[in-house]
Parts: sequence; structure tokens; C-alpha cells
Amino acid sequence: MHLSSDEIVFTSWKWVTLNATIVYTWVIIIVLAILSYAVTSHLKQLSHRTRGQNFLEMLILLIEKQLNEAGLQSSRTYIPFIGTLFLFIAFANLLTIVPIYEPPTSSLSTTAALALSIFFAVPYFGIRRKGLIGYLKTYLEPTFIMLPFNIISELTRTVALAVRLFGNMMSGVMILAILLSIAPIFFPIMMIVLGLLTGMVQAYIFSILATVFIAAAVQIDNEKHESHNNDTANNTLHEADSL
Amino acid sequence: MDTITLIAIASIIMSSFTTAIGTMIPALAEGKAVVSALSSLAQQPDASPTITRTLFVGLAMIESMAIYCFVVSMILLFANPFWNHFISTAGH
Repeated sequence: MHLSSDEIVFTSWKWVTLNATIVYTWVIIIVLAILSYAVTSHLKQLSHRTRGQNFLEMLILLIEKQLNEAGLQSSRTYIPFIGTLFLFIAFANLLTIVPIYEPPTSSLSTTAALALSIFFAVPYFGIRRKGLIGYLKTYLEPTFIMLPFNIISELTRTVALAVRLFGNMMSGVMILAILLSIAPIFFPIMMIVLGLLTGMVQAYIFSILATVFIAAAVQIDNEKHESHNNDTANNTLHEADSL
Repeated sequence: MDTITLIAIASIIMSSFTTAIGTMIPALAEGKAVVSALSSLAQQPDASPTITRTLFVGLAMIESMAIYCFVVSMILLFANPFWNHFISTAGH
């Protein structure tokens, strides 16, 4: 029984080891790149669209709608980043139905890398939208006393992102390994199905949290408007309660 | 009892306690979250996409607490740093 897919080593040469995480990550990257190149190399208009183009357009529109609903305006700017995160994680988790495959997301190194990319993307988008000073000022909100807490929250949420995805995927693999030794015939299949669901939900959670963090960083002074909206929403809720 | 046996006993007992307590309390919290989400769904069926999305995000947040406990107990059982340390020093 192994804790992560880092421990399956294919070859190692001096200090370079080629483990399952790296191999399957590259497999996913290559498959995704080839599939999307095959579709996007001959885009068509109107009714001449291929099935693949329809599917990709549907996916993009779905992601865009989700980003808008999560409070990120002008979401087209952020789709390349967040959409890629979602597609990579979802694809990595869905491929668990292939027998010898180990999801690279069940290794802490992959999830830490993904979380670090969010850790750097948040100030990048924030500075691009507000400027350096404007972005640094958000650390002083609501008062300057909150500065250390804002910095700590920035770090802990990155760790939490990494450990959440890792723990969920690793627990799926682990439970499967334990069940194979207890009830090897039918029950593991149910757990694989549950693992597929968990994988999709975790991919969704990961990208929606990235969206929320980026949205918090690029938000420009419409808090007053939003709190007003919240008040009216609360009022309607109370009215519904009293009814 | 030598040190390694003590470490093994402590690790096994603590890992089961970690999983037990760490799944019990998030389970209660998830139950509360689902109950309030269901009652607000019953009151406002129109807002179901928003409520469902927020519920899922919240549930994943709560569940990650249980996952942290699981990770800790897995580390205690299968990748125990103290155990490895004493095994390596016992060899010398």
C-alpha cells in the first residue's frame, strides 16, 4: 500500500526519478493538448460545426456562466487560467476508470503546484486590475491591524487548497486499496463511482475557490452596492419567513 | 517496552482517535448545513442553483476538515516520521 503516486518509480537516474505522478501528468497534458488541437485546428461557423467544437463551446460557455455567477466580472480574462485548472483536475480525476492509472492529483506535489499557481495568480490579476499600490492597500482592509491576519489567510488558504484536493483523491485511492482486501468483487466498483463523483466535485470546488479568491482580489469598490443588494435579499428572506 | 513499541502503540491509538473525532464533528456540521439548505430550498425553490452551489462549496469546506484529520492519521499509520527516525537510529 502506498500513500501517494510519487512512490511508484518507473526509472531513476542519479537524482532524477521518473515517478507515476510525472508520467501521468504528462499523459494528461498531451492527451488534452492533442484533443483540443484536433478540434480547434479547423473551426467552422454556424451549422458546419463539428461535434467536438460544439462540445468545447458548450464547456467554455458553462465555465463562463459559473465564473459570472461566482462574482467575477469580465470572466473572459480569467477563463484561460481557471478553465485550464478545472479541465486538468477534472480530467485527471475522471481517468481513474482506466485500470493501471493513478491520479496525479493524489500526490501532494501536484496539488501543491496547482495551489501555488493560484497563490501567484491572485496578486498577478489583482495588480493588473488595480495597480501595485491599489492591490497592496487591500491587505490593510478593514484596518491596518488586520495586516498580519490577511497575510496569514493568504498562506493558509493555499495550504488548505493543496491538502483538500490531495486528501480527497488520496482517500479515494486508499479506500479502494483497503476494500480490495476485504470485499474484492462488487463493492470496490461502487467506491470507484463515488470516487468519480468526488473527483468532479473537487475539481469544481478547486476552480470555484480560485474564482472566489481572484474575484476578491480584483473587486473595485462596489462593496457598498453589493451590501445594499444583500440587504434587500435579506429583507425579502425575512418577508418570506414572516409569511 | 522499548521506544519503538511505545511509538507504535501511541500512533495506532492516536490515529484511530483522530479519525473518530475528526469525522464525528464534521458530520454533525455537514448535517446542520444540509438541513438549513434544504429548508431554504423548500422556502425558495427559485433560488435553488445558488443555494446548491453554495451548499456544495460549504460542504467541501467542512469536509476538508475531516480530510485533514484523515491525512494526519494516514501519516501516523503509514509515513510516521518518529517511527522512521527511531528505525534509522536503531540500525546504528
